[in-house]
Amino acid sequence: MTDKPLKTIDRVNRTLGKRHRAEKRFRLYGMLSIGFGLLCVLFLFTNIIGKGLNGFTYHFLELQVELDRETLEITDITNENQILAANYSGVVKRSVYEFFEAQGRKNKASARKLIATEGTGYILQGRLKENAEDLVDTQTTVWALVDDKVDFYLKRLGDPGEPGKHEFNEQQLQWIHEAVEAGKLKRKINWAFFNAGDSAHSEEAGIRGAVMGSFYLLLVTFCLSFPIGVSAAIYLEEYAPKNKWTDLIEVNINNLAAVPSIIFGLLGLAIFLAFFGLPRSTPLVGGFVLSLMTLPTIIISSRAAIKAVPPSIRQAAYGLGASKMQVTLHHVLPLAMPGMLTGTIIGLAQALGESAPLLMIGMAAFIPEIPAGVTDPATALPMQIFQWFRNADAGFNEKASAAILILLVFLIIMNALAVWARRRLERRW
Amino acid sequence: MSVSSLFVLIILGVVAAFYFSRTRSLNLARGLGGIKNLHSLPVYYGIQAALWCALPCILLLCVWTIFDDAIIRSMVVQYLPAEQQNLPKAEQALLLSSIENLANGVNLSNAGQFQDIADRINSLRSISNMALTVLLFCAIIATGAWGWFKVKPQYRARNGVERVFMLSLLGCSTLAIFTTVGIVFSVLFESIRFFNIVPVHEFVLGTQWSPQLSIREDQVGSSGAFGAVPLFTGTLLISTIAMIVAVPTGLMTAIYLSEYASSRVRLVVKPLLEILAGIPTVVYGFFAALTIAPMIKSGLHGLGFDLAFLGVSFGPLEVSGESALAAGLVMGVMIIPFVSSLSDDVINAVPQSLRDGAYGLGSTQSETMKNVIFPAALPGIVGAILLAVSRAIGETMIVVMAVGTAARLTFNPLESVTTVTVQMTTLLIGDHEFDSAKTLAAFALGLVLFIITLGLNFFALRIVKKYREQYD
Repeated sequence: MTDKPLKTIDRVNRTLGKRHRAEKRFRLYGMLSIGFGLLCVLFLFTNIIGKGLNGFTYHFLELQVELDRETLEITDITNENQILAANYSGVVKRSVYEFFEAQGRKNKASARKLIATEGTGYILQGRLKENAEDLVDTQTTVWALVDDKVDFYLKRLGDPGEPGKHEFNEQQLQWIHEAVEAGKLKRKINWAFFNAGDSAHSEEAGIRGAVMGSFYLLLVTFCLSFPIGVSAAIYLEEYAPKNKWTDLIEVNINNLAAVPSIIFGLLGLAIFLAFFGLPRSTPLVGGFVLSLMTLPTIIISSRAAIKAVPPSIRQAAYGLGASKMQVTLHHVLPLAMPGMLTGTIIGLAQALGESAPLLMIGMAAFIPEIPAGVTDPATALPMQIFQWFRNADAGFNEKASAAILILLVFLIIMNALAVWARRRLERRW
Repeated sequence: MSVSSLFVLIILGVVAAFYFSRTRSLNLARGLGGIKNLHSLPVYYGIQAALWCALPCILLLCVWTIFDDAIIRSMVVQYLPAEQQNLPKAEQALLLSSIENLANGVNLSNAGQFQDIADRINSLRSISNMALTVLLFCAIIATGAWGWFKVKPQYRARNGVERVFMLSLLGCSTLAIFTTVGIVFSVLFESIRFFNIVPVHEFVLGTQWSPQLSIREDQVGSSGAFGAVPLFTGTLLISTIAMIVAVPTGLMTAIYLSEYASSRVRLVVKPLLEILAGIPTVVYGFFAALTIAPMIKSGLHGLGFDLAFLGVSFGPLEVSGESALAAGLVMGVMIIPFVSSLSDDVINAVPQSLRDGAYGLGSTQSETMKNVIFPAALPGIVGAILLAVSRAIGETMIVVMAVGTAARLTFNPLESVTTVTVQMTTLLIGDHEFDSAKTLAAFALGLVLFIITLGLNFFALRIVKKYREQYD
């Protein structure tokens, strides 16, 4: 009886538990990896948002500033040069001493260090430029920028180890806390961040220049890559004969889609900058490089869109006597346009986040001016983030996080637009 | 007139040519009894004339503006004093460009004594500009008029227009080839110059990398050391870490989503994971450098291994603030959606009949996956992984931000290493003299990177393609 051969069903039953456990394990691995991926998304976003929101706010001190002629060193208020060159930090310093009731040289120096006198001076300068006559010789209230160390300390008050505290002496700490309790030292949204260009001081640095630079970059990229990409896609789908030359073009497009972006930077550097002598750090050259980079994306998605147009449409048009070009331009292209636009927006979103090629053509530069055209030296959002990241100053790191948030907001808008375009405009045949 | 106003002039001429030719064709048609008697629609006659006007004039404008500076320069050389005429080419070019600056009203160097030559340049320039303006004006009128005269009922305007249209489409699609050629040339030429200074074997086999050591400008040959092996190992190390993270996670994600998950879960999870692929690399770099690296440093620091029974004991772990581990981990996370979506495609391409056969024989889902689908999809998955590897090798911003620049020959993931891309950026930021070994080295590294990624892509695409055909 014992050596009776096992029935298959018994053998199956004997191992079934083990096999089911293996099945469950396998499933668990799958869920774990998805969980890991989702966790990464969550962690990344909470981390970035948590850090980034700090960068939009800053601490300001409510100061009463006496704008008298003598201290400002203005003799003639209609003279613009005098208004520009006036001694604003002088009046700011004086009101700081008054505010903290600082006496003696040492105390005055301590008080002065709590405020960004230059940055506050610029605010006053801006006001006087607009309306000097009414303001000079009066007292005005200004939300003065505090020093970035004060801001750093106040933003991390609850943190363990009290970061930034060792920068201040007893007197300064007492002043800071008194001002906070009195409601004079407040955390407010730093509008300068949205309106200003880059600056050497973190409290004055803004994102405007980088946003405009990125805008011009994308403008050039779009103007070049969209028509060229669509034309290439039309040629490859509608006209190209099946031969070696067409194969070569297709192989090249597929390969270019996978070439590392930094190589495109080398191309821009050697061809556009060194050979053609185009100006460095400009959105024009950056746009050239980025359009070469986004072309494969646009061509591939445009081809898919053209392919999706049913042949019956073409045949109907031919039947009515349209020529090949008329069929393509009047019928195929309008129907494929939503798909092409979706692909283009996705390509442009990639271009917006791209950094390595721009690094190569010198767009990681300190450019405080806001660019006004495609041939002005400019930086771009990713480059600005990189620049601020490299800066050792803690204030700039905060700015970089905030800039990342802005970049992500733009990317989300663009991708949402692409999804919307696809949903809204797509036609099913 | 300036180039831009000349361009506006051309556009005006083109619009006029279009309008008048179209009107003329309409008038002709009216005489014949309707546009059915014309070969083409009136609009084609207009476009035909506009093209005839636009193409030659724009060509003229471009050629003139490109060459007039060079011609003026060669004309100016003869006015230079005899001693300057005999200068070597490079110095002469320098002198000429400073004279040109003077002509532009910028006196940067001491070229004051050449004021008369600068004036001459200015007068030549204005002559050239006048000539261009007059010539262009004549050309616009002549070509426009010619196009206008060509409008006849039998004239095949549409065919001509369509041929131009087709050629321009062809031109746009060949841009891809020109881009590749441009990349190859720009990288190759500078690399050849580099290999003239530093021998190839020293670059490929040398283990010392310190390009910053140049002491004097003229000492290019002996400056620094250009052994790229530490860079290759560094790149390899970081890519390996990235792959260790990305391949299992991405693969399991793809398997779960394609075989187990309901369509609703798929619909939610897939786009969420794709977010990881859409985040700019500069953000990942920031995250790696400021969040992950300090976490690893504080998490592992002081942890010691004491494997006494093996006779080995490590003291407290030394973790660098710019460890390869941080960059590799973050890069791996970035690549997860890439691996998962590519392998998802491959797994879905395996025919349902294979699955049904396996289920029919009584295998569980995981057994079907492991023993049937996975082997069937393996070539495609390998292709996907190769593409991911080439991505990791070419990735720049994460490593630039999270990894140091010191070249160390090590495989310890807790130490700081450097990669090919990091060195390329550090060598090229700021400094752009194309004659020092330092900048040329970046191009040589670029060549290596280009060849490796191209090879990987080529093989990967071939594997994927070949495999797809198998089941189609």
